[in-house]
Amino acid sequence: MKKTALLEAQALKAYYSTRQGYIKAVDNVDLTIDRDMTLGLAGESGCGKSTLMNALMMNVKPPLHLMEGTIVLDGRVISKMDRTDLKKDVWGVLVSLVPQSSLNALMPTKRIIDFIKDVIHHHTDASDSEIVSRARKRFEELNLPVDSLSLYPHELSGGMKQRAVIAVSTLLNPKLLIVDEPTSALDVSTQKQVLRMLVDLRKTGIIESMIFVTHDIAILRQIANWITIMYAGKIAESGPTEDVLFEPKHPYTISLTSAVVTPEPEVRERGLASIPGEPPDLLDPPKGCRFYPRCTKAISICRSVEPPLVKTGGSQLVACHVASGGG
Amino acid sequence: MKIFTVGLFKRREIVAVDDASFDVEPAEFVSLVGESGSGKTTTARMILRLLQPTSGQVICEGRDVFGLKGIEESKSYYRTVHGIFQDPYAAYNPLHKIDRVLNQVFELTGHSGAERDGLVKEALKEVGLRHEDVLGKYPHELSGGQRQRIMVARCYMLKPKLILADEPISMIDASTKASILRLFSKLRDEHGTAVIFITHDLGLAYYVSDEVLIMSQGSIVEKGSPDDIMNHPQHTYTRKLREDIPLFYRKWPGF
Repeated sequence: MKKTALLEAQALKAYYSTRQGYIKAVDNVDLTIDRDMTLGLAGESGCGKSTLMNALMMNVKPPLHLMEGTIVLDGRVISKMDRTDLKKDVWGVLVSLVPQSSLNALMPTKRIIDFIKDVIHHHTDASDSEIVSRARKRFEELNLPVDSLSLYPHELSGGMKQRAVIAVSTLLNPKLLIVDEPTSALDVSTQKQVLRMLVDLRKTGIIESMIFVTHDIAILRQIANWITIMYAGKIAESGPTEDVLFEPKHPYTISLTSAVVTPEPEVRERGLASIPGEPPDLLDPPKGCRFYPRCTKAISICRSVEPPLVKTGGSQLVACHVASGGG
Repeated sequence: MKIFTVGLFKRREIVAVDDASFDVEPAEFVSLVGESGSGKTTTARMILRLLQPTSGQVICEGRDVFGLKGIEESKSYYRTVHGIFQDPYAAYNPLHKIDRVLNQVFELTGHSGAERDGLVKEALKEVGLRHEDVLGKYPHELSGGQRQRIMVARCYMLKPKLILADEPISMIDASTKASILRLFSKLRDEHGTAVIFITHDLGLAYYVSDEVLIMSQGSIVEKGSPDDIMNHPQHTYTRKLREDIPLFYRKWPGF
């Protein structure tokens, strides 16, 4: 029997309500996260990456609304659950989100260990001493200095703070960890330490799968085995890392990968490229393909018909009339 | 332009910058690369006369910039050397529209009224902004990336002899960073503008610089051509920095 996916989201629509109308930040997205997968989600700022992550774990609060769609996480239909049940049985236990601003997630007036006690008491009735020994063991496992548990957040460096936040979020061994731009504020050396820790979380089996959200494609090359490219609220392309990065099919992915600036001879040879134009306004996105105003390969059908996300040989998926030979 | 030994001691004797010496020639693109806390921004602030060094000098076109007297000399210095900062929000007055920060440039350049509108629109176009998207708006209505682009547009209007840019494009998407850097190169090629580009991104510095300076704990530990720094790094710190940059065509061992 085929193993079921860890998370399956279908026909997801998450909109922000504003006075001018709905901002269609996530518009008809299907996404499957397999077990033992690190999925890298990439796209420009404002493409709906962070909104999709909040929707996936049902962290939707007005003005954000889940308009349509079903989400099944580890066999449970979480899109039908209410906030009380989500808090009790899902968040922190099945799925944890480390949001973009998480460097400030720790309580400034509490030592790390006291913060951990508070968080864990919400989910279990473990005693304080049990929690302390569990936290110490986990910090050791992840090569974090155990002494830092008795420090206040301001006494930690940026990289250490970020690693502590991730360690706290995964203390209850959630099956899925979602990290949103966890390293964009860090220096390269600290960034590498955080990435190393995320890789270890999967290798040690503390978490099963991970979604890593970033606009830095080179990071995804290092840690993701599956890459999903998002553009203007929709998935443009999705597939195994090597396929998407080295044989991109969607014109947007092609531009995105050729805009990568890493100090390598191959990049120097091809020169620096950037994508002209700006992403569309999600209050009133273009009809048809949302990328066609910026696309150099657009044909007439692209203006009127929205391209579906279809398989192009192997397991790579692409939403483009030209790439999939339609039109 | 020459910049000499500079040393700054803050209160409690924290040495932020300790013995940093380098020169920038006309039309030269120099990158100052280091991690946060390495003293890059302190160096920039001294060059812009915002902080007085404890010892050492900053010399621009033969004159010590801390010896300049009066408003006229100071104005003339800021016409020659123009700074762009990491967080452009602080450079805007939140109560005034974006137009003002652009029009302020004309107090330094003295363009006539007829030329002004055209130059503003041209500059915005050069940094990839549509003037109808930004003019008439307030700073908080723009994204961090847009605010950074407007600061670069100001540079384009002013055409200074030296641009001192401290992480000027840190909030701009990876996919459009290259186009902004190309604008600096264009000013260099067409107007002989020199650039000091301060960044933690050795990858970006590699492509645009004539010379790369590596800064660590307040000192410049290595300087050389981008190829020397990338291919034959001498200092252990430079080697570590290079190894920790995520690459596209090569995977880290053990990941």
